[in-house]
Amino acid sequence: MAERVQPISLSNLGGAAVVALLLVLTLGTLGAVAWRAEELSALTKNDWSAVRFTLWQAAVSAVLSAVCAIPVARALARRQFRGRALLLTVLGAPFILPVVVAVLGLLAVYGRSGIISETLNWAGLEPISIYGWHGVILAHVFFNLPLATRLILQGWLAIPAERFRLAQSLGFTSRDMARHLEWPMLREVLPGVVMVIFLICTTSFAVALALGGGPKATTIELAIYQAFRFDFDLSKAALLGLVQFVICVGLALASFAISVPSGQGAGLDRVVYRNDGSRVLDGIAIGVVALFLITPLAMIVAKGLPGLPELSVNILSAAWRSVWVAVLSAGLTVVMALSLALLSLKWGRGVEAVGYLSVAASPLVIGTGLFILTYRWVDPVLLALPVTVVVNAAMSLPFTLRAVSPALRQVEADYGRLAASLGLTGWARLRIVVLPRLRRPLGFGAGLAAALSMGDLGVITLFADPNHATLPLALYNLMTAYRMQEAFAAALVLLALSLALFWLFDRGGRVNADL
Amino acid sequence: MKKTLLSVGLITLATAAFAEEKPVLTIYAPDYFTSEWGPGPKIEAAFEETCACDVSYVAGDVLPRLLLEGERTKADVVIGLNTDVTKRARETGLFLPHGQDTSDMTLPIEWTDDVFLPFNWGHTAFIYNTEKMGNAPTTFDAFLADEDTKVVLQDPRSSISGLALMLWVKSVYGDDSQEAFNKLARKTLTVTKGWSESYGMFTDGEADMVLSYTTSPAYHIIAEDDETKRAAIFEEGHYFMTELAAQVKTSTQPELAQAFMDFVLSETFQTMIPTANWSFPAKLDADKLPDGFKKLDMPEKALFYSENEAADLRDAALEEWLSAFSQ
Repeated sequence: MAERVQPISLSNLGGAAVVALLLVLTLGTLGAVAWRAEELSALTKNDWSAVRFTLWQAAVSAVLSAVCAIPVARALARRQFRGRALLLTVLGAPFILPVVVAVLGLLAVYGRSGIISETLNWAGLEPISIYGWHGVILAHVFFNLPLATRLILQGWLAIPAERFRLAQSLGFTSRDMARHLEWPMLREVLPGVVMVIFLICTTSFAVALALGGGPKATTIELAIYQAFRFDFDLSKAALLGLVQFVICVGLALASFAISVPSGQGAGLDRVVYRNDGSRVLDGIAIGVVALFLITPLAMIVAKGLPGLPELSVNILSAAWRSVWVAVLSAGLTVVMALSLALLSLKWGRGVEAVGYLSVAASPLVIGTGLFILTYRWVDPVLLALPVTVVVNAAMSLPFTLRAVSPALRQVEADYGRLAASLGLTGWARLRIVVLPRLRRPLGFGAGLAAALSMGDLGVITLFADPNHATLPLALYNLMTAYRMQEAFAAALVLLALSLALFWLFDRGGRVNADL
Repeated sequence: MKKTLLSVGLITLATAAFAEEKPVLTIYAPDYFTSEWGPGPKIEAAFEETCACDVSYVAGDVLPRLLLEGERTKADVVIGLNTDVTKRARETGLFLPHGQDTSDMTLPIEWTDDVFLPFNWGHTAFIYNTEKMGNAPTTFDAFLADEDTKVVLQDPRSSISGLALMLWVKSVYGDDSQEAFNKLARKTLTVTKGWSESYGMFTDGEADMVLSYTTSPAYHIIAEDDETKRAAIFEEGHYFMTELAAQVKTSTQPELAQAFMDFVLSETFQTMIPTANWSFPAKLDADKLPDGFKKLDMPEKALFYSENEAADLRDAALEEWLSAFSQ
């Protein structure tokens, strides 16, 4: 018995430490900002309209991304084809691009002088206009559809192959399979996917502003930015930050309530071979999405190529620094996700909810709060890279957690009793039962975390170290110095490195998996 | 092996000791300023030649950081503040007079502030491409009247140039500014968070004109040998923008800080500004400017609000701006 207690309490301790760290990073920084505020402010009419716009566009973007992702994920789960692995990697790309780059990439396709409008002009038709609410949603779907696809695909691949084989031998049609196998899985996975994307969209602001056609597309995050930069009103910033948290917590609870465990039962970890469904429809789903995602990316690549030879050595060292930051934060994210997921098995899902807090946290609030908490004791310049690692890890935790947590609960439901009856506990259980089954979501989560961290400017506004800039910061500095061509080349380097990291981690999770 | 380690250790110690002998001058500056493509590194090298000191930049949001740190700040000097934040900065009481003679500076307006010292200047302007637009408007009225020419702007809530545009419209149109904002909104393609996104959209050909500075074409002329990017000059005048330096009261190196303030208006410092900062130097005779700067289109008239006037106008102007752009 004693053997059993020790490792578990150790993992409890780890989980509790992660919970504490996250609470400090999110609510703690918010508290610090509020504490430094001089007087109380109230929300104005404009702030409330920002709240309404934020909720509305986030809801539409999230539902649309998730719904469109279902046929794509199903097609990817059912079909094997050349280039599938490559497509799965490229699916990670839009999500990690720096905002400026992604916006210019989208405009190269959908803008006034983009491919589509130019073609329409040539054919004598009216050009399209991307600016407006539809532009915001288009951009958010561009960013999040791939994420949704990958998360839902994880769910598909988690259905044991034996279920499909049984279904096939029973002569199930594609519709039967959808009803008995796929729908229960979707009911479990979809609410979480919608929630995560909703939360990402609530904190976006540069995209919403640029493609929304201006101030009518004001989000809460822009209002926070305004409170900091325009008014230097810390109490307003803290108040708006709090509104963002309330939305986040409410949504997390709702999604937990809607999500229903699918009860698929355990399998033998075999590879699924399926042949049901229409090849043509699946082909169309994959083709349309690939076109939608790859065209803007191709434009970014095309813009970046000419400037590559001009890149200075400093860009390469910035890139190297970013890679390290990314690898470290990916490692940290995985450890945090696993600890939280394990702890939530024992202490309930409230623990898991803490893991989602960071996505609703404003980077500005986190950065300023951390600065207030630390500057008296430590030189912020020394903290620049460590803070970037920790904050990036916390920021990508929700996505990793989204991938890991359902998988872990499944493993516990399927093998928990067997493992217990064999007396398999603690690290041994983790090593023999849990980790091999979590390899895929863990690899995916780490890859996502690394790629996200590469592209993130994080909280550098107050913690920047001018001699150790990361790649995204160097990219912005290039743009400010009018060097657009070099900036695009730097963006291409960033894209390539992020994808390489994503591929390495994700591949690591799929070794021997043949999927 | 041990010996190598020991000598490495000793050298490190020695360098550290040597470095400690030199006093360090800590300068807070914006990211763009300290980056390898900004003016910071050159200025650092030039000042270190004369000061027997070590210049250390701290990059990031200068004013928010100062406001948070208050008297505990490690800054000896700050550089890169804008006129829209000087009121707030002055109220902290953290700054000392710069002690420079500002009577013979080469600014288009008179400068009498004894705390904040300009080191560069320019104006807001709309930049266009001569290959796409034959006749640029010559008045603000004509510019606003042409709804088909699409312009991309920066948001005044998140960008300094956006804020300057708001004050520009206010100074040209006064009480009629709401109508002007409404017209501006109709010809605006979109509004971005910062200058980079806007300028990128313009160079990509997405927008016909972009809100930028009268000095922006200098980059294209000098670095790219491209004279197709020009500023549309309006008869009503253009809003004056300048970046400022100031020395901090709590500095532990007051002589060095003062020496740096003396350096700001020196010819060495000022000749670095045009091609590293892409703006006019605050004190340099026109004949010493690079040739590219002589080709720039310049307004006759510079418009400018003092910090108190700007502070009084700001919130009401933002309301007008938001109501125009939210329709």
